[in-house]
Amino acid sequence: MQLTESHKQYWSKNLRITAILLAIWFIVTFVVGFYARDLSFTFFGWPFSFWVGAQGSLVTYVLIIAYYAHYMNNLDKEYDCAEVEED
Amino acid sequence: MAGMTPSGGDGSVFGGGGSNAEFKKGLNKIYTYYTGGFLLFVLALGIAEQMGLSRAAIGYVFLGATVLLYAGIGIMSRTNDAAEYYVAGRRVPAVYNGMATGSDWMSAASFIGMAGTLYLTGYGGLAFIMGWTGGYCLVALFLAPYLRKFGQFTIPDFLGARYDGNLPRFIGILATILVGFVYVVAQIYGVGLITTRLAGVPFEIGIFLGLGGILVCSFLGGMRAVTWTQVAQYIILIIAYMIPVVWLSVKQTGNPIPQLVYGYQLEKVTAKEAELIKDPKELEVRAIFKARADALGEKLKDVPAALAADKAAAEQKVADLKAANAPAPEIAAAEKALAAVPKDADAAKKLWTTQRTGATNRSNQLANMPRHAQQFAGNPDGDEKARTAFDTSRRNFLALVFCLMVGTAALPHILMRFYTTPSVKQARESVTWSLFFIFLLYFTAPALAVLVKYEVFSVLVGTPFDKLPAWIAAWTKVDPTLLSVVDINKDGIFQLAEMTIGGDIIVLATPEIGGLPYVISGMVAAGGLAAALSTADGLLLTIANALSHDLYYKMIDPNAPASRRVAISKALLVVVALAAAYVAAQKPADILFLVGAAFSFAAASFFPALTLGIFWKRANKAGACVGMVLGLGITMYYMIMTQPWLRGVFDITSPVQLWYGIAPIGAGVFGVPLGFAAIILVSLVTPAPRKDIQDLIDHVRYPTLRGDTMNTQTN
Repeated sequence: MQLTESHKQYWSKNLRITAILLAIWFIVTFVVGFYARDLSFTFFGWPFSFWVGAQGSLVTYVLIIAYYAHYMNNLDKEYDCAEVEED
Repeated sequence: MAGMTPSGGDGSVFGGGGSNAEFKKGLNKIYTYYTGGFLLFVLALGIAEQMGLSRAAIGYVFLGATVLLYAGIGIMSRTNDAAEYYVAGRRVPAVYNGMATGSDWMSAASFIGMAGTLYLTGYGGLAFIMGWTGGYCLVALFLAPYLRKFGQFTIPDFLGARYDGNLPRFIGILATILVGFVYVVAQIYGVGLITTRLAGVPFEIGIFLGLGGILVCSFLGGMRAVTWTQVAQYIILIIAYMIPVVWLSVKQTGNPIPQLVYGYQLEKVTAKEAELIKDPKELEVRAIFKARADALGEKLKDVPAALAADKAAAEQKVADLKAANAPAPEIAAAEKALAAVPKDADAAKKLWTTQRTGATNRSNQLANMPRHAQQFAGNPDGDEKARTAFDTSRRNFLALVFCLMVGTAALPHILMRFYTTPSVKQARESVTWSLFFIFLLYFTAPALAVLVKYEVFSVLVGTPFDKLPAWIAAWTKVDPTLLSVVDINKDGIFQLAEMTIGGDIIVLATPEIGGLPYVISGMVAAGGLAAALSTADGLLLTIANALSHDLYYKMIDPNAPASRRVAISKALLVVVALAAAYVAAQKPADILFLVGAAFSFAAASFFPALTLGIFWKRANKAGACVGMVLGLGITMYYMIMTQPWLRGVFDITSPVQLWYGIAPIGAGVFGVPLGFAAIILVSLVTPAPRKDIQDLIDHVRYPTLRGDTMNTQTN
């Protein structure tokens, strides 16, 4: 079947948000991880990079996924791609 | 597709007649009562303990009650319907699928092992915390919604449809079995350990007791029973994990939210570490270990001569004692020492090398633990050696995080769970819930490690030996390799260097360390059992389904009726479970390594093929086959060449050649990029996939696609 313009737009918006969220994921995990030794100023008792590893990154991950679900569910409706659900 | 319609209500609680909303309301009620019931049960046992119920009895009651409970849920949700059996009828609400995924995910390694690893390695252990949560970002962004839209039963299903044929499906089956089996052996081993602790039965019997609980559940009701049991198991394991930590936190800081305040405890631990490193008593003990290591080093220079000397000395002592008419116990001890002298030079060399490593480790500062808050070993501003150590340590940390993350996003038993939600929308939300429920435990584990360390450093160290708390003697009796304290420098005072502690007892011993009643220890063990059983359930089901659904139905006999496929799956489940129990009973050398290996294997074999399959239409059958085989191949090759236990199994004697200093557990860091590169290159030099395959990709990309007539979902 042939995809419409609107469908292509939906997919490129999906790719864009995926890329942005993936970049955040990468920075929190690998960039902070790489510079962990330099980022050890005290943050409420923790060295900052220790805190990111133990708490900050986890909170970010949950937010990334929650935001993605929220964004995509709205995008589905906007571009008429949402499923019909029983409830 | 006769026999594959949704079963609707069949009378049982979890069958779920009526609409999805009603179904969810019913579930809320059941699980609220269930949680209340569990708390009352613990409370009642606590009162019984005060009235004199013995520890052994508490252990039996916890073991029996929880396993019976899981079996009960299994019986209530028994089914022979294919869609119910494979994907729980695709009506699991997002929240509950999140909880089920959480306990499917959190294994004995997460529940028991992780806080212990953090205790022993400090910052280095955070690789597991980040890796095992951050992977869900990849699941959410790259896989879950698309797999749900595709909507069949297994991961090889997707590979077979997307890459057009039985060869990719078959490679998928092999990889599923390899990953699942390696992982399930580790779980059953954990089950054996906990039942042994809880009920005091021999290890082998413990394994088969636990196996009974696993089998009743998944055997009768497949995915449906496993899902509802896993929700029940999640509730138990999270309560069991939280209570002791909260208690310790209140005891140490007066604040009931450990996650908020343990930063300050970490500061105190760091200050105490600096003191202990310079403490003269600690230095004294370490010097003794250093001397022992040196002596063993001398003996290793000429093993036969040293062995002869040892033997002669031991014989002489027995003879002397006998001649002097020494008391019988003294003679017996000397005879025992004589019997313990190694039989031959090879045995002596092996024993002394191990002993020397042990002594050398214990001569290091802080009982060989790195400083808790210090990121990576070595020093970037130090000399050549310190710089190399720093770089290697950092590279390994990041490689491990990478492998664990990508592996998380490629474990078939986790990905399968996202087939069970009612819609794509709920699949996305269910990843959020999954990570949230996992997050609760992972957020707590680093706090637990720091609080226990503070307790050990500030309460235990410096205590006279005769005043040490009772839990130390109790655990030493259970297994001296997990915990032992010996007054090395004979000053009657406990020094940190005088204790060896295994990571696996930290969580199990926390209630006793905090001075809680034994009933809480029983509950924590039951929580660990729940974690191990739920993961084993999910894994066994995945392996059995790969064999019955993918191999038998899709490849051997496509006309097999649904009921026969389910029956075959059930039979295979028993066979696989027994095989895994048999392997676990052999106590394979390195359990933690097995778990890590499963992640690297999964990452290298599935992740590139799955993500490119969804995001790159040009990826084709030839590329996927070559990519999966090469990715998995190089990962296995690197592990076999570098991991000591595997080198022994495959009889490899060439010197160990590490690539870029990467430890074998991070082997996936080579497999994943190679897998991607191979799929892309081979796909580009072979023809593009057919039109209907490209339409399939569009089909999975959009939750609803107007004008799309394709229907891949089987139900």
